[in-house]
Amino acid sequence: MKLKEKIIEFLLKLCASITILTTIGIIAVLLFESISFFKSVSILEFFSDTQWTPLFSEKHFGILSLLSGTFLTSAIAIAVALPIGLTIAIYLNMYAPKSFRKTLKPFLEILAAIPTVVYGFFALSIVTPFLQTIYPDLETFNSLSAGLVMGIMIIPFISSLSEDALYAVPKSLKEAAFGMGSTRFQTAIKVMVPAASSGIIVSVILAISRAIGETMIVAIAAGQQAQFSLNPTIPTQTITSYIVQVSMGDAPQGSIEYKTIFAAGLTLFLFTFLLNTVSFWIKKKYQEKYE
Amino acid sequence: MNNLQKNRLIDAAFKMVGMLCTLLGILILVILLYNIIRVGYTRVNWDFISSLPSRKPEEAGIYTAIIGTLDLMLLTIIFAIPIGIGAGLYLEEYAKKSRLSTLLEINIANLAGVPSIIYGLLGLGIFVRFFGFGGSILSGALTLSLLILPIIIVATREAIKAVPPSLKEASFALGASKWQTLQKVVLPSSSGGIVTGIILSLSRAIGETAPLIVVGAMAYVPFVPHSLFDTFSVLPMQIFTWTTRPQAGFAIAAGAAIIILLGITFLMNGIAVYLRNKWQNKLQ
Amino acid sequence: MAKQIAITMETIIEQSLPMDEIVDKSLKKTHTIEVNGAKVWYGDFMAIKGIDMMIKPNTVTSFIGPSGCGKSTFLRLFNRMNDYVDGFRMEGKIKVNGRNIYKDKVHVEELRKEIGMVFQKPNPFPKSIFENVAYGLKIQGIKDKKLINDRVEKALRQADLWEDVKDNLKKSALALSGGQQQRLCIARTLAVEPSIILMDEPTSALDPISTSKIEDLIFELKEKYTIVIVTHNMQQASRISDYTAFFYLGNLIEFDKTKNIFTNPKQQQTENYITGRFG
Repeated sequence: MKLKEKIIEFLLKLCASITILTTIGIIAVLLFESISFFKSVSILEFFSDTQWTPLFSEKHFGILSLLSGTFLTSAIAIAVALPIGLTIAIYLNMYAPKSFRKTLKPFLEILAAIPTVVYGFFALSIVTPFLQTIYPDLETFNSLSAGLVMGIMIIPFISSLSEDALYAVPKSLKEAAFGMGSTRFQTAIKVMVPAASSGIIVSVILAISRAIGETMIVAIAAGQQAQFSLNPTIPTQTITSYIVQVSMGDAPQGSIEYKTIFAAGLTLFLFTFLLNTVSFWIKKKYQEKYE
Repeated sequence: MNNLQKNRLIDAAFKMVGMLCTLLGILILVILLYNIIRVGYTRVNWDFISSLPSRKPEEAGIYTAIIGTLDLMLLTIIFAIPIGIGAGLYLEEYAKKSRLSTLLEINIANLAGVPSIIYGLLGLGIFVRFFGFGGSILSGALTLSLLILPIIIVATREAIKAVPPSLKEASFALGASKWQTLQKVVLPSSSGGIVTGIILSLSRAIGETAPLIVVGAMAYVPFVPHSLFDTFSVLPMQIFTWTTRPQAGFAIAAGAAIIILLGITFLMNGIAVYLRNKWQNKLQ
Repeated sequence: MAKQIAITMETIIEQSLPMDEIVDKSLKKTHTIEVNGAKVWYGDFMAIKGIDMMIKPNTVTSFIGPSGCGKSTFLRLFNRMNDYVDGFRMEGKIKVNGRNIYKDKVHVEELRKEIGMVFQKPNPFPKSIFENVAYGLKIQGIKDKKLINDRVEKALRQADLWEDVKDNLKKSALALSGGQQQRLCIARTLAVEPSIILMDEPTSALDPISTSKIEDLIFELKEKYTIVIVTHNMQQASRISDYTAFFYLGNLIEFDKTKNIFTNPKQQQTENYITGRFG
């Protein structure tokens, strides 16, 4: 009987250890190919060259173009999602009657459940033509549409996490502010948001991490030209859409083109890992505050 | 206007803005759905579902994509569910609070935030190349399983946490072993939450495209896969390929395929939410 | 009257038991609990500071004392329920039915088939009434349906619950009232046929009528079982128990026949507690 218990515990432990194996696997795969990559390409060139053309005959390996594409689309996304998401969070937490909140929240959750490939289609086939009526010089593939739609996708992220952060603020603070005659707006801006700031910051960091890791929206709508530029009306390429481009092609295993996706992937992984870790520590610190 | 009036005005204005922003979210959702349906609805019919893809947009159908999606989901379920529940059980019921268990928790939280395309690279390096499974359904399913594992683990843990400790005490006091208690008391009580988590994770997996592209889901698969090692296509991938084709007919086909994908996704999410409400009421 | 019928029926059922069950009963060890020098720590905190005690068979013993005095901790030593608490450590000898239960060779699951426990807040499983009572049997691997049905009925009769539920055995246990749920928990414990029953404030979450029903039940069960009960309610202790142990700050202050404790306590602290000067 004791043996059976021990065997079961061992099997369950094995299941749990697969999570560690996954992380080790990710790091191993990315490092293995990247190290091989950096034997041919110097790290200096990787980080300083402003051209990224591994698939052309004249090869440049400067990740800055991909980084600028990633940065541009994510920045537009956050610029859209943060004000709207935060406003929604404050509104739902402090103004909306309970019934209103209850019926509206599911809709926001639906936004979060839509597959990103659908958003990509939406961006290319509907948003871009619409924007072109306003600004005819907008190219078919551009980072503006992609960024806007990514922002829409991220709104529920920020609004939901920020709302949780606001909800966690002790009622006593709210009541103190109201008791002194503050309006809801003043209470929100001067008391609630500052008190919930670490939770809100966490939501923004996680949203950024989500945005830079997003693939399909940019792969469909932003184009496939790596450009070192901040112009949102021209095509651009992010780290993620570059990886898609190569995967759909015929890069043979072991070729330099094949290795570039791992080097680019490693860069992406390091950024998201950093962001996720920072948000984890902030969350831990702020949870202790209200325990 | 004195200070008080000014503040009142700002308050009322913000209330307006807040309501508009919230309604904006819904409005965008409506616009998105309306436009997609408008583009694609004409092609949503049985022919479409039962046809193979084709180079001619009018004849292209999603048959292989649907079969591929179903096969992939089935395999993913087989891999991800036992491992996910097992890991959740271990972390919640066996792992003592130690440096190791904290490490495991941090690791899972991190894995949940890793971009899905990185999972694709993982699948490419390990399953496709290292294990030699090639760009097959097997590789795709294993990759997706790893992707949704953190979701299932977290859902399992939350569901188990909600079981009152007094029930476990009662079971132990009657002479049950740890595994008997988990099997007969804890798991049955937490099954609602676990099933909800599983459905949500699968609904997420159905819509995943990027990792499968990297693993090698082929863009043009005009045959139905027969074995675990065949190449395959899934619905979101089909949508992607059609979206990137210039012909207008393919845009319509993409729209139609999206309608079907959204239908499946919303159905699954709806079931999960319904189950969650039912289960939460049972606990009260 | 109902009790008389129940007892008569019980005797009839018992006489119709298969032969080896009856033989088993005659070989049943004397149910005593013997404690020598028991000490308990939770981390650095010493919860039990060295206690000796002997519990006689077929008696009801109450543990009384103010909150935090260690009576629940001490009770839980007997069925090793403290094992699950972080930082728990014990020293000393505890013998149940002649065996030292903290020696490694004793399987905790076996021990709990001889000692059952009823908790303060009724904790039936979210299963049917029948499944609740049958639980302890099924985990022992008993598969004989007839045996299980018989034991379930017997246990429910012993717990004075059979008449209330006999037509509704498949109903959820959670649909019962608080008092009925507690009697169900008692039946669940009885089905396993322990020799000793531990009760940790079994009526403190119940209304007065349910409480008195359970006190009557305890009085009946005394004939076949040894019962140790932790209680906050001194009147309850004086009503139902043969022996009473008074605890204070982890020490056993006095242990004597209930009559003596309440009419003629030997320790000043005991007298102070029962006259309400503190607690």
